Amino acid sequence: MADLAINGDSAIALAWKQIDPDVCAAYPITPQTIIVERFSDYVADGEVNTNFVCVESEHSALTLCTASSSAGARTFTATASQGLAYMWEMLPITSAMRTPVIMAVANRALSGPININNDHSDAMAARDCGWVMIFAENVQEAYDNAVMAPRIAEHHDVQLPIMTNIDGFILTHAVERMTPLDSTAVKKFVGDFKPLYPLLDWKNPVTHGVMDGPEYYYKHKYQMVEAMEHAIKVTEKVFKEFKKISGREYHLVEEYRCEDAEYVAVVLGSSYGTMKAVVDELRAEGKKVGAVMPKLYRPWPDKHVAAALEGKKGVAVLDKHAPIGAYGALFSDVCTTLIDMKDAPAVYNYIYGLGGKDAKASDFRTIFEDMISGKAVKYNFMGVEE
Amino acid sequence: MTSHKKMPIGGRAIEPGKSEEVETGDWRSFRPVVDQELCIDCMSCWIYCPDSAVIVKDNKMTGFKMTHCKGCGICAKACPKKAITMVEE
Repeated sequence: MADLAINGDSAIALAWKQIDPDVCAAYPITPQTIIVERFSDYVADGEVNTNFVCVESEHSALTLCTASSSAGARTFTATASQGLAYMWEMLPITSAMRTPVIMAVANRALSGPININNDHSDAMAARDCGWVMIFAENVQEAYDNAVMAPRIAEHHDVQLPIMTNIDGFILTHAVERMTPLDSTAVKKFVGDFKPLYPLLDWKNPVTHGVMDGPEYYYKHKYQMVEAMEHAIKVTEKVFKEFKKISGREYHLVEEYRCEDAEYVAVVLGSSYGTMKAVVDELRAEGKKVGAVMPKLYRPWPDKHVAAALEGKKGVAVLDKHAPIGAYGALFSDVCTTLIDMKDAPAVYNYIYGLGGKDAKASDFRTIFEDMISGKAVKYNFMGVEE
Repeated sequence: MTSHKKMPIGGRAIEPGKSEEVETGDWRSFRPVVDQELCIDCMSCWIYCPDSAVIVKDNKMTGFKMTHCKGCGICAKACPKKAITMVEE
């Protein structure tokens, strides 16, 4: 297919159209709305065979999706911010029932104060619910992640739901150049959903969602831990296969000019693009700096992050959410990786971009300058004027 | 108990009648012990036991089904002869 000028939400809707899922249930919420709006157009125009269910809330959306996935249907949904918060009760149930629901999350600040702009407070608040989580740097990745998501979630060694995260407005609404795949190639790559013991297999009746005593609960949780570990290898394999059909190469942990870097910045989402530009700027001035993005955020790719950070002098970790009374989630994750590293780099936390506050290249530049000059401190809430 | 490797994922019961196989006495911290010398087979324990864990054969109280007993101690309380004592597991 020819290149398109397209925003991130429409790119995801296009990927969904090419995949043609069995069921889609969603409730509109900015900045995700365009995804389900475009997709409902495809449904109305008969371009997909999807059963589109209009629900009265996000809680109902995810409940329906979990049930329909249990029944054996490939099921998609999308949400953002308060919508994800409203789904929260169902998030750990969807994963514990091992229903590989595919959900696009247009990352947006959690209220309050009321704010509809981008940050990662929605995704970070949901990060330990047993969902695989993947982030996109740009519209191309938003589309590519949407194509790869079912392959990761539905793999029989994983069987966990997945969130494909894109930065609200920055990626959901901004138009970028994007190279889509041919629809038949997408269909072939994604393949059929082969559910394990689906509810609608009349010949083999099963029960889903039973109650567990302590022993069974404990073991079912451990099964999920193992499935998450499997997701690391499965995602790597899916990335490799995706390269064959698209020519685009992805890594669990993306690294930019890190080989001989002394100082690196770890960041998620669209800010990784800004950070790469800053790295180029500083490299031109002879500074040995690099950028890192854990594209796969859950499961936390511990060994891959360690490989990216080993031997560095300093690591700045940027969190686009504000845990009030603790350090950033990404920072805490990086610290768990560094804790048993010999001669581990110094690590600094930078909170930035909350509620859509501009994440400027000039701000990112000061992070590297702080580390190089030795002025960096452990916790930084960027851009607050005295 | 079954190894987690052999359990179906997601708590799925893939064969009917699985509840027959589930024992429910594993969270007991005290067990009832009956002194048969004192027991008069009045059946108070059998009546009051909320889990049908008292075994009765030929109108005689013969003991407890420990895979059902939760160790609540109601039998010991109900026994008019104080023939049942609760012993720590």
